[in-house]
Amino acid sequence: MAIGSVGVATAVPRPSLRARLSELLDRENWLGPIFVSPALVLLLLLVAYPFCMALYFSVSNAFIGRPSNFIGIRNFVRLWESDAFRQTFQNAFVFCGLAVGAKIVLGISLALLLNQQLWFKRMIRGAVLLPWVIPTALSTLGWSWMFNSLYSVVNWTLLAIGIIDPPGPNWLGQKYYAMAAVIIVNIWRGLPFFAITLLAGLVAIPKELYEAAEADGAGPIARFWHVTLPLLKPVLAVVLLFSTIFTFNDFNIVYVLTRGGPVNSTHLFATLAYQTGLAGGNLGQGAAISLFMLPLLGLVVFFQLRYIRRE
Amino acid sequence: MITGVRSRGARVRSTMFGYANLVPFVFFALFPFYFMLITSFKSNAELYSLKSVPLWIQNGAITDHYRYLFGRTEFLTWIKNSLIISVAATSISLVIAVLAGYSLARLRFRGVGSFGTAVFITYLVPPTLLFLPLSQVVNWLGISDSIWALIVTYPTFLVPFSTWLLMGYFRTIPREIEECALVDGASRMQTLLRIALPMAIPGIVCVVLFGFTLTWNEFIYALTFVSQSTSKTAIVGVTADLIRGDIYYWGSLMAGAVLASVPVVACYVFFLDYYVSGLTAGAVKG
Repeated sequence: MAIGSVGVATAVPRPSLRARLSELLDRENWLGPIFVSPALVLLLLLVAYPFCMALYFSVSNAFIGRPSNFIGIRNFVRLWESDAFRQTFQNAFVFCGLAVGAKIVLGISLALLLNQQLWFKRMIRGAVLLPWVIPTALSTLGWSWMFNSLYSVVNWTLLAIGIIDPPGPNWLGQKYYAMAAVIIVNIWRGLPFFAITLLAGLVAIPKELYEAAEADGAGPIARFWHVTLPLLKPVLAVVLLFSTIFTFNDFNIVYVLTRGGPVNSTHLFATLAYQTGLAGGNLGQGAAISLFMLPLLGLVVFFQLRYIRRE
Repeated sequence: MITGVRSRGARVRSTMFGYANLVPFVFFALFPFYFMLITSFKSNAELYSLKSVPLWIQNGAITDHYRYLFGRTEFLTWIKNSLIISVAATSISLVIAVLAGYSLARLRFRGVGSFGTAVFITYLVPPTLLFLPLSQVVNWLGISDSIWALIVTYPTFLVPFSTWLLMGYFRTIPREIEECALVDGASRMQTLLRIALPMAIPGIVCVVLFGFTLTWNEFIYALTFVSQSTSKTAIVGVTADLIRGDIYYWGSLMAGAVLASVPVVACYVFFLDYYVSGLTAGAVKG
């Protein structure tokens, strides 16, 4: 093919800059990096760099508006010795465990209920999804009014039904009640995500399997254990991992409802980091607290990536 | 076989049973909103009386709390700030994410795989991990205490999520259509703008809706990076500035919470199906 073009090439004028540029843009190994560079710059500058800063802060005595020095792992040691942090550590697991557990059970039940033939299906689904759409900080403000120490509508109703004795608990001011309140609001906020995502998983299960199981004499409970649950497992795993990260890292609900109180009994890592690092100005220790969220996050990322690769 | 063919009566009964079980869930989901709404219309005398029934409005609805919000606070400024921030951050993120998502889905170049992994990992990094160092970065950039601090930082969580979502949409477009255009002499740029982009419209709508909702609802960055009242977003303005010291003005607080939720609820009502599809794409943080 080269034979025919000998001598002709010299006659072709040099392509203009514009033409050469557009030719360059048509090559994938040029266009690709150009296309991803804005995203890459953004992520490097505002995610990767701050992340490295957090790592540095955690091993330094950084204070807001003061030069910092390297102090090794002293921040972590000090944290581990402080009661507030140990309480927070415990809170995080209690909160996350109970809230995610309840969301799984309630989420599966709600998804099963929504999976029936229903009138007004769209409207019911819309109503159930609403808590997830409304700004969490604002709806939590509503909940804190519902849990008010004097005018709590929750207490009023429970008293009216006769479940509790007057004066009723001070939800946000008593240790275990405050934790219960925070968990309830988290369940309320996170349940729609579970229910709607699991519903999508349920819809995807072929009807024939149920018919076959029924023909083999399986009752509703056996059908749930042997057909629904195994086939729902992949969706359930994804939902579970996502929810664990974001329940574990919750900030809004605790900050608005209790600010971590009473006596640190509802502090989570994020709220304690905020209080120490910003309100208290101790950036180093605040960053160290934030980093305690990292191992769990790493674990979740690992499982997610493995799951995605397998698909 | 007779199994599987159930009588009409049994079917009706099971349907009623289903509805009856749904009632507590729907009640649990909606009651707080109902309660916020009626609180915002109650008079102070009724709100702070131990004898009144809290479940409905007894002494007539009043609009004093709303008038207080508009007349005596910066509420309208906060709403305006939130609108500007949400629209700006969402638009910037959309442009960046379309380019990145298209590259991940279609182009072959060195490092594309590791870039995809990096996007996915940043997508899982929660804002609560980065707000402390980011507040210092924002300071150095000289944009702290202004709405720019949020316009610049919100894309950090919008871009990974939008890229991931759009990549999925671009992948569903048959490769052959684009290849035909390329063979016919269109450039890559043209195939993206004229073919891929129009076919990914549902994805783009989804990204815009979620972008708007996530930025409007964002709390920790808005709380941390902005402290001057006139630069606050609606959410932080209502939660932080309507409370003076330890005094809670519950009527106006609830009025503010109701009004500041309106833009998001409006989007939601009109685009419910997009929310469901975005949510079930595993796209969104629960």
